[in-house]
Amino acid sequence: MSRPLLEVRNLRVEYATASGLVRAIDDVSLTLHPGEILGIAGESGSGKSTLAQAILRVLPPPAIITGGAVEFEGRDLLGLDESELRALRWSRISMVFQGAMDALNPVITVGEQILDTLRAHARMEPTVARNRALELLRMVGLPNDCLSSHAHQLSGGMRQRVGIALALALHPALVILDEPTTALDVIVEREILEGVRALQQKLGFAVLFITHDLARMLEVSDRVAIFYGGRVAEVGTADQVRRSPAHPYTQGLLRAFPSLHGDPGRLASIPGAPPTLRNPPPGCRFHPRCPVAVEACRISAPPMIEVAPSHRAACHLAASESPGDR
Amino acid sequence: MLYLLKRLGFYLIAAFAALTLNFFLPRLMPGDPATALFARFRGRLGPEALEALRETFGLTEGPLITQYFTYLAHVFRGDLGISIAYFPAPVSEVIGNGLVWTVFIAGSSLVLSFALGTLLGIAAAWWRRGWIDTWLPATFTLLGAFPYFWLAMVALYLLGFTLGWFPLGHAYGDDISPGWNATFIGDLFRHAALPIGTVVLGTMGGWLLSMRNTMIGVLGSDFVNLARAKGLSPARVVLRYAARNALLPSVTGFGMALGFVLGGSLLTEVVFSYPGQGYLFVQAVRNQDYPLMQGVFLVITLAVLAANWCVDLLYLWLDPRTRDTAS
Ligand SMILES: Nc1ncnc2c1ncn2[C@@H]1O[C@H](COP(=O)(O)OP(=O)(O)OP(=O)(O)O)[C@@H](O)[C@H]1O
Ligand SMILES: [Mg+2]
Repeated sequence: MSRPLLEVRNLRVEYATASGLVRAIDDVSLTLHPGEILGIAGESGSGKSTLAQAILRVLPPPAIITGGAVEFEGRDLLGLDESELRALRWSRISMVFQGAMDALNPVITVGEQILDTLRAHARMEPTVARNRALELLRMVGLPNDCLSSHAHQLSGGMRQRVGIALALALHPALVILDEPTTALDVIVEREILEGVRALQQKLGFAVLFITHDLARMLEVSDRVAIFYGGRVAEVGTADQVRRSPAHPYTQGLLRAFPSLHGDPGRLASIPGAPPTLRNPPPGCRFHPRCPVAVEACRISAPPMIEVAPSHRAACHLAASESPGDR
Repeated sequence: MLYLLKRLGFYLIAAFAALTLNFFLPRLMPGDPATALFARFRGRLGPEALEALRETFGLTEGPLITQYFTYLAHVFRGDLGISIAYFPAPVSEVIGNGLVWTVFIAGSSLVLSFALGTLLGIAAAWWRRGWIDTWLPATFTLLGAFPYFWLAMVALYLLGFTLGWFPLGHAYGDDISPGWNATFIGDLFRHAALPIGTVVLGTMGGWLLSMRNTMIGVLGSDFVNLARAKGLSPARVVLRYAARNALLPSVTGFGMALGFVLGGSLLTEVVFSYPGQGYLFVQAVRNQDYPLMQGVFLVITLAVLAANWCVDLLYLWLDPRTRDTAS
């Protein structure tokens, strides 16, 4: 395989809240290759958005990156200063924010928000910039007059498309999609995801696709990572995870979806509540909800165990053939 | 557009209501106001003055409704009657002289206070917990909590009387003739410094705090984070994305503050013997100059309404969302 585009190693992010530290990302390692789609799924609060914002270094104030490394195109992102970051942001890595509904400035036009992005990174003749902005809108299937629209004049789906057009503005090598289609109906969601997929194949950027819709993710991604309580529970190709999930949590999630083409539900169908990150359970974070937990699970956190080439799971039982088969 | 016309309609109705109130108030006084008034002035005023007074109120013979229309016609011609205190100067002329000074003093202090407070609020929110954020909001809130009268007197005593840096009163020195030259304008500003300065000090804290607090909220919003992620320059993120949105509540407040400032300038003008509307009003009350009082009331009301309409225009330009809900 080629040299990885993005490599996250042992990343740790904490929120310094008034009532103590909340470790939202705990020892997370991931790699992403050029042109690849890596899906990340996990329950609400498992740290997906925190990871995305940590990679772009735009975490909101109470969050601190307390450990690990993020390497992108061979450069250590955590070591860059503000002006180096500014040059790299969006030109190499861009992002569609979760709830792109609120990601547009309500008082200036969509066009101005695309143009200022283009101009922040390169000198451009006004007509060239305008043509590029129109080209971007066309790429995501929006009419030209969106350029002079304000956010409140667009539907949710249209705003989401503007977000995607913005993300593609500077030919980035990596696009982070943080739940790009939540709050949209299924048809619009499918349309948008298919559009992204087509553009990705044409333009060749890599995608970090974050969602809590497991079925949709397995459908779209090359490889997937399952998050649980701020950690990676399992990572592998979409096929491996779908056919032979190695972590009891993944197995539970898949059982909650009898058919991939059935109703796209949400990932809340496993009994029990997700762990509180302020005071996580000792040992494996999943053990209180795990149907096959053994003594070791309560005592020590499981390491990532390779169950097959490129397929790993953080489960003490993953080494033995299949932990879920009781 | 429709929205602006609607607002304009509202202000016209309000202005009309003020005019009408102005007409009926003296007539609502117990007894016959005209007789009472005339009785009070009989020894002191000549017959022409009494006639002027009569005219002002439209207290000519005839039914109320005729009087009312006579009054309206006069007002629309800009004829507000004859001042008693400054007899025989017409009220419109007396007010015209005062209005210039009030607009100068109240206008500049409001704009300065708003601009400085808002800018410092932006800075305090952007460098959260920096020294601006630590010291300035508390300092100006404290200053704003002092009674204005007290603040003005202390400033006048220390900077004007004891140190002699600033003149003690009036809009310009007696020894200087008005004209568009550097000496006169310099003198104007020397005289205006204390009145404007004290009002700015006393009112800036409100703008500062409200801007700071709104700004902190807006800085945490997704679109500001996206602006940062897009690699825009910090200046653009702060001004075009965050401050531009955080400004909206303050602009609404600006419209409301206009009324307070015009009313509040009464105190300023009295302390600094500044010849504006407020000073006139006090003179009018002292001399029981009803035509002048009514004129001042009317002009202040109309000024506030007109200024609010300008703020509406400004808001429409600042917030595109109002444009659509409007039409
Ligand atoms: N500003 C904050 N202050 C304190 N804790 C926070 C803050 N933002 C997030 N967290 C904590 O960090 C954890 C991860 O949040 P994050 O937004 O990354 O979750 P997520 O996986 O994206 O969830 P969702 O699917 O709901 O978007 C949460 O458990 C939350 O409690
Ligand atoms: Mg999220």
